[in-house]
Amino acid sequence: MVAGVMVTGVILLKTPGADAAIDVYAEAQALDGEQKARYESLIDELRCPQCLNISLAGSDAMIARDLRREVHRMLLAGKSDAEILEFMYQRYGDFILYRPRFKLSTLLLWLGPLMFLGIALLVLWRMIPGLRAQTDHTRLSRDQQTRLDALLKKAE
Amino acid sequence: MNVVTPNKAGVRLTKRLLIPLVVFVLLVIFLALGFRLKDAHLLPSALINKPFPEFALADLLRADLTRSRQAFIGRVSLVNVWATWCPNCLIEHPELLRISREEQVPLYGINYNDDADKAVAWLQRHQDPYVFSIVDDAGSLAIDLGVYGAPETFVVDAAGVIRFRHVGPVTPLVWRQQIRPVIELLRRRAESDASNKKNDA
Repeated sequence: MVAGVMVTGVILLKTPGADAAIDVYAEAQALDGEQKARYESLIDELRCPQCLNISLAGSDAMIARDLRREVHRMLLAGKSDAEILEFMYQRYGDFILYRPRFKLSTLLLWLGPLMFLGIALLVLWRMIPGLRAQTDHTRLSRDQQTRLDALLKKAE
Repeated sequence: MNVVTPNKAGVRLTKRLLIPLVVFVLLVIFLALGFRLKDAHLLPSALINKPFPEFALADLLRADLTRSRQAFIGRVSLVNVWATWCPNCLIEHPELLRISREEQVPLYGINYNDDADKAVAWLQRHQDPYVFSIVDDAGSLAIDLGVYGAPETFVVDAAGVIRFRHVGPVTPLVWRQQIRPVIELLRRRAESDASNKKNDA
């Protein structure tokens, strides 16, 4: 509820923020081509801490605007992408990174898909003999043919 | 030939039927842990047990003074991030005033992304619970603190280390159930450390 009120507050207040966001993009024009590309990929890769699932690039929240400005400032200061991401991680933790770090608590996240692929392959591998056997279902085995012949003979 | 009695086949069949159930139960446990009944808006703070960040910012009411983190060192203190544009800051204000009057803990304010004149007028209108407020009009200290909205309240220990963070308004309930126990724990710990040192000496 509390957070709900906070979010409502942000929505109500977002209009002035929107203008400022445009200013930041105007600032981004001042970056050279390579920096601009990095700026855009960084703000796309960082999640707005106020919003649940919007990147810094897509959010009008005040904190997103401030963090975009921070990314911009650090780019101009000659910081590397890794340094900028580390700066954000130190302050906002795992939440801010759309690409989570590889560590114990994210192990399942990273290896889960591979694990499921492994399980699928295992199941498939175990099913193959069964599938092969099924293809012969239309034909009777020698035993079955003998029994069928016997039954037919009896019926006559 | 391998003869399978109906009974054995039945057992094998039931076992097979159990697989989806087991998978389902595991999935439920996994999702229950992932989607715990907590507010997804509340981010775990990356700054707990880290030193309060360095800063040099102007005092809101006495612009000639520059404040630094040195001010928070020496005793357990509360640091509250507030702004005039923040409706919840008004909601928590009576409780902050009460804390500043009745509780033996200094309360400092960070005026976040705000207009200084408006902030001064706001404090005059609603009363000032803070020992002092600092002007963070660019939000740089707030970013160093991992703040993503207002209000937020930090408990800083006597060594200047952040020990607790509360996002959202400080209500009497939040004070009683969350903040006061942390302050008391920190004081008890400081006391026992001090007496240990005395004993060692």
